[in-house]
Amino acid sequence: MIEKLLTVKNRAGIHARPAAIIAQTANKFTCEITLIRDDVTVNAKSIMGVITMAAGYNTTLTIQADGPDEKEAVAAIEKLFDSKFEEE
Amino acid sequence: MYPERFFIICACIAKKRLSVYSIRMAEKKFTVLDLLELDLQGHDAMNLKCIAGRRGLTRALTVPDINRPGLALSGFYDSFAYQRVQLFGRGEVPYLQKLHSEGKQDTIRKLLSFDIPCCVFTHNLEPTEEFRAAAEENNCALLQTNLESTDFSSRLLRVVANIFAPKKTMHGVLVEVYGVGILLTGHSGVGKSETALELVERGHRLVADDIVEIRCVNGNTVLGQGANTLISHHMEIRGLGIINVAQLYGVGAIRHQKEVQLVVYLEEWDSNKVYDRIGTDQNTVDLLGVKVPCLEIPVKPGRNLPIILEAAAMNERLKNMGYYSARDFNQNVLKWIETGEAQTAYYGSDDSY
Repeated sequence: MIEKLLTVKNRAGIHARPAAIIAQTANKFTCEITLIRDDVTVNAKSIMGVITMAAGYNTTLTIQADGPDEKEAVAAIEKLFDSKFEEE
Repeated sequence: MYPERFFIICACIAKKRLSVYSIRMAEKKFTVLDLLELDLQGHDAMNLKCIAGRRGLTRALTVPDINRPGLALSGFYDSFAYQRVQLFGRGEVPYLQKLHSEGKQDTIRKLLSFDIPCCVFTHNLEPTEEFRAAAEENNCALLQTNLESTDFSSRLLRVVANIFAPKKTMHGVLVEVYGVGILLTGHSGVGKSETALELVERGHRLVADDIVEIRCVNGNTVLGQGANTLISHHMEIRGLGIINVAQLYGVGAIRHQKEVQLVVYLEEWDSNKVYDRIGTDQNTVDLLGVKVPCLEIPVKPGRNLPIILEAAAMNERLKNMGYYSARDFNQNVLKWIETGEAQTAYYGSDDSY
């Protein structure tokens, strides 16, 4: 199980499009991926879940991955956050 | 006066619009101001207003309980439940007036020196001047309601029980089928949302998709609802995108909350795995300390899941009424075998007649 802290760098926060990109990327991996914000835990493979977190600009989230390809999964999602979901 | 008003205005602006059942308890404190701001209707309404000690409105409620401070007012402070909301009704206020006429203010001062959340005066009763002054001094909020004490108590306890109930968010879809609340769980892509969509088409109701917030009330019931009222009845279908079930199917197809009575775990058919083929065992899963019956249903292309879930819901209702179909079947089979054996006891295989 790997855990890592990620920050939202987009001005608009995580709205429908970035959430869809996160979910699509997460679905490529077989491991269980969860995003945690304060006390809300969501499955990163579900778009509705990621959107419900209402993560705005500068929010810190924790990502947890548990499974055979956990390292690649966390690396891929971290890359998405860093690239600001190719929006800016 | 100014600093108080400024403070309250700031607190109100800083506060976001919160509805009763979406207040997060783990991180955020539930303050007396939150209690005043709850928009409750009908027989939930508490009709509270703040009559003194406005600085105390930021104090937090930590326990969902009420205390009537008779013992404390008479001077006995051992095991004084100061964390509870203090209720002053038609028994306490005359005593306050008696203390006022006797000039004894020590017990009142001592009471208010504890870190109590707030004091509520029911029946529109008024506190004595000294009580008001002591409350202002200690920054303790005094609230007043026109309700009777018992009525107010039960309403307050009901509301705070909901707010302080243990909560958890789960990934799954909560639907109501024939009156049975079914929580569909399973990996992403197994078909929970599509199954729920067909169930809605067949006349059942969607409660929440993807993010289900469950809370335990009374220690034996688990209530589930959508975590967010704004996007609650939206569903994401691969290939279709995000659809609004409420708009597509109407208000008869949705529900805001439902008790979780059955948990169904959907998984891809695994040929190596042994699935339950009899149904006499009652498997349960633990949700917030409550044992909820659960089923494991394998998914394979061509299997009609909504029909299977409808049958499961109806079976669950039968079980609740006391009819255990699988068990009755087994007992009938046993009787059948027994009568067969009884006959062979009398008629041996070499008898001829």
